[in-house]
Amino acid sequence: MSNTPVNNGRRRFLTAATSVVGGVGVVGVAVPFIGSWNPSARAKAAGAPVEVNVSKLEPGQLVRAEWRGKPVYVVRRTEKNVAELSNHEDQLRDPNSEEPQQPEYTVNQHRSIKPEIMVALGVCTHLGCAPTYRKGDFEEVVEGVTDGFFCPCHGSKFDMAGRVFQGVPAPTNLAVPEHSFPSDDILLIGVSPGEA
Amino acid sequence: MFENFMAWIDKRLPVTDAWNKHLAQYPAPKNFNFWYFFGSLAMLVLVNQILTGIWLTMNYEPSGDGAFASIEYIMRDVDYGWLLRYMHSTGASAFFVVVYLHMFRGLIYGSYQKPRELLWIFGMLIFLVLMAEAFMGYLLPWGNMSYWGAQVIISLFGAIPVVGEDLATWIKGDYVISGATLNRFFALHVIALPLVLVVLVFLHILALHEVGSNNPEGTDIKKPKGSVKEEDKSKFEFHEAYTKKYDIVDAVPFHPYYSVKDIMGVAGFLILFCWVMFFHPEGGGYFIEAPNFEPANGLKTPEHIAPVWYFGPFYTILRVVPDKLLGTLAMFAAIGVLFALPWFDRSTVKSFRFRSKLHLFNIVQFAICFIALGILGTLPASDLANLIGRIASLGYFGFFVAIWFYSKNEKTKPVPERVTK
Repeated sequence: MSNTPVNNGRRRFLTAATSVVGGVGVVGVAVPFIGSWNPSARAKAAGAPVEVNVSKLEPGQLVRAEWRGKPVYVVRRTEKNVAELSNHEDQLRDPNSEEPQQPEYTVNQHRSIKPEIMVALGVCTHLGCAPTYRKGDFEEVVEGVTDGFFCPCHGSKFDMAGRVFQGVPAPTNLAVPEHSFPSDDILLIGVSPGEA
Repeated sequence: MFENFMAWIDKRLPVTDAWNKHLAQYPAPKNFNFWYFFGSLAMLVLVNQILTGIWLTMNYEPSGDGAFASIEYIMRDVDYGWLLRYMHSTGASAFFVVVYLHMFRGLIYGSYQKPRELLWIFGMLIFLVLMAEAFMGYLLPWGNMSYWGAQVIISLFGAIPVVGEDLATWIKGDYVISGATLNRFFALHVIALPLVLVVLVFLHILALHEVGSNNPEGTDIKKPKGSVKEEDKSKFEFHEAYTKKYDIVDAVPFHPYYSVKDIMGVAGFLILFCWVMFFHPEGGGYFIEAPNFEPANGLKTPEHIAPVWYFGPFYTILRVVPDKLLGTLAMFAAIGVLFALPWFDRSTVKSFRFRSKLHLFNIVQFAICFIALGILGTLPASDLANLIGRIASLGYFGFFVAIWFYSKNEKTKPVPERVTK
């Protein structure tokens, strides 16, 4: 030990040690402040994934599920619906789903995981009205297309994959929420495949 | 009596000294013009915002269910509530008017140049916090434009790769914009950001008084000690903090000379302010947008989502870039380059008065582009608007690129030693 009144080595050590411990404390204190900004348990419950049993769904039938305050349309498409999807692509604004209105894994012609199950938000991309499912009489609004969705507010038209037709006010296809099939019969809205 | 009282105080807190150092004996160049009104006006508006803001919180209800109704309550049932709210909403736009003009003043007279870089950076931080403050304040009425404006801006964070979506959810505190978002924006708007703002304004002024005010000529009014003949020195008495190191020329004490001048500015400003506040409180739909008279509705998007006018330039830059992430980056870069302006400009001549024609042209094109971007930001997107917006964005960023190249060896006129008579 030196006899000088100031021991610089010890000072440096103490400064460093105090800084490290103090820094850990600051990080620890930051946790509740940052964490409290996450969605609360109430918000999480309201935003929880929604299960729909699709096994009882008849071909052509639509059920509405509510997810995060928005209506989700679930339709079992008929084989004819699926086959017809490529017939009218020249009349669509975005037939290949280039606008980011759906998760990556549904960028395909039918805009869903299974070709026969359509999942889309029932919220018109124009001003948020609920498009009507016109089963069998869609030809009244688009010639040559049997089924589709027609928005009664301003006349926007969507096909059986939620793709928007040209010449209507809605700018983009219907949004497709994240969804997955934990089992063959169960559709889980709000969770992507492979997510917990 | 009063002298004794002040003597008692001064022994314990340097009040008289601070008054003299920063007001009564602060040397300000004698040639300040019209452009020098806007600093004090910004201060006036800040005080207005704080006072009216405190009073508005007394009747405002920060909740998804109650916010919109409480604004209507303030407007209809609270005595003078309408006036306090319009003072606050008009004040928000007025704040940006004076701050933009204040920044433009700094731009044309080179007030950001050495040694005032830090002063400029504090000013830019104030501008940044002010934008955050205004953005969060705009959500509080919980009108439909409040809601969708916030929706658009917060979704920008979703463009950040990997963490973006989680970050956006974290900011919202919910999967959609909801009462949780409203409440945290309220907390930030009324407590956190105003505190930061006041501290930054304090530092801005301290930094200003450390380096001294620039002036329209860009000449230095502080000369090395002993280099100035006695008859050339300013005849006023200045605080020893300034005279100890320098001989002061061409200066007047801030108070009463500029305090009185600024009162003239305040009078003119208030005439305009009151005209807007009493006759056009909605600013023709630019200060308070029409969809904001409907309550927030997550299922109904307004036909045309436009930001409030003061965000227009940056919103246009965001919008004309076809990629969401790049657009977001470009928007933030547009603010970032302003921070770095003292280093883009390599000239040592400050005022445009003594700089090249090219520099003048560059400033003019920058101002035109900025205004064009602002106008486009409030218009619906179209191919023509996008084209003009891209050209104007190029002009905006081009200003900084160009100044970096030409300012190094710019042909400048000699700057006079003294403020010209």
